[in-house]
Amino acid sequence: MDWQDTGVVLTTRRHGESSAILEVFTETHGRHAGVVRGATSRKVAPALQPGTQVAVVWRARLESHLGAFTVEPIRSRAAAVMSGRQELAALNAVTALLTFALPERQAHPRLYAQSITLLDMIGEAEVWPLAYLHWELALLDELGFGLDLTSCAVTGGNDRLAYVSPRTGRAVSASAAGEWADRLLPLPACLLSVETADLSGVAEALRTTGHFLNTRLAPALGDRPLPAARQRFADLFGRRA
Amino acid sequence: MTDAPKEIETLIEMMAKLPGLGPRSARRAVLHLIKKRGVLMTPLADTMHTVAATARECLNCANISVADICPICAAEKRSNGEICVVEDVADLWAMERAGVFKGRYHVLGGTLSALDAIGPADLRIPKLIDRVETENITEVILALNATIDGQTTAHYIADQLEHRVSVTSLAQGVPIGGELDYLDDGTITAALKARKKV
Repeated sequence: MDWQDTGVVLTTRRHGESSAILEVFTETHGRHAGVVRGATSRKVAPALQPGTQVAVVWRARLESHLGAFTVEPIRSRAAAVMSGRQELAALNAVTALLTFALPERQAHPRLYAQSITLLDMIGEAEVWPLAYLHWELALLDELGFGLDLTSCAVTGGNDRLAYVSPRTGRAVSASAAGEWADRLLPLPACLLSVETADLSGVAEALRTTGHFLNTRLAPALGDRPLPAARQRFADLFGRRA
Repeated sequence: MTDAPKEIETLIEMMAKLPGLGPRSARRAVLHLIKKRGVLMTPLADTMHTVAATARECLNCANISVADICPICAAEKRSNGEICVVEDVADLWAMERAGVFKGRYHVLGGTLSALDAIGPADLRIPKLIDRVETENITEVILALNATIDGQTTAHYIADQLEHRVSVTSLAQGVPIGGELDYLDDGTITAALKARKKV
């Protein structure tokens, strides 16, 4: 059996002397692995860098087999981000989180489209940090751990929303927080709107999304630790912001 | 499987584990060695025995040597204030083949890799920082692979050495003899970003 699709390279792991096991995030087949023969050749190796947009053909005798990929590069993203610390760290965080969080062979077309948009923005558009933040929200939402930031969990109103409950992931207004404020997570304006791109706000918001990635998503995936690449990006971004 | 005696069969199996060799080519190599026993097999066995007994990592840079300190680290004239950081000993040998770098090296022993769970603590980065502080280093040249993992490691090291020493990295772009028509778009992007005035 075989299929064709386009996708983003997530990881490449050496397999034997000249082959590699490639993981791609495809539009209609989700996160999918397969062997690439001749992966160490000068022609193929650049196409297997994480973040590269590729066209793949997957072939296997049975669906349950690992199968083999034939890869054709569409667009390289590595060269555009390699010279920027934050940009490279962001690309690493995106591919590491997708590898960590997505189940194999399950399509996530909405998250795929959002991931492609983000990857195309990193290093190209000034607002990419904000796009990254909203991509993390979308990732949590797609996997069933979305935050509810539409109204206050206590009053039901939506004025002066300033905190997020670390337990429920719901917004809390400044007036309702009261003496609990220091136990709540910050809710910067950039989490509520895509029009506010204040860098320190994004850094603060990454702490909030990081909390839910660590305490909700990771335990649901067998209590594995969150990829170090995500923390490295948050630390780097926090320092620069 | 062949009809060869057990000892020879074991030798074929061990040779087949070498890079670039499979069972058939290992069998051919072993047959060749046996036929040239005097001029090839015995000297090869002796040399392998000697190297197995003496080869070790340089305590300073992790280059492969037969002494605790490798000839490059021991050479006084190579103490010019420059350290070239490479991922692996094979990269160090490649740099030495080019013959243009006259300073010392530092072999990291890998790159940061989320997939293989290799973090900063697993590489020889603390030793590099220590060398920068004790060997009067003025420039650290990062000669790491132009891959995502290689450049992630380069940025991490540059972060660690910020304000201590000048950190540079190898240029990326069109290889000598390369034709633009045959280059991948990533290489062309990198080359254009690193363009220089003629």
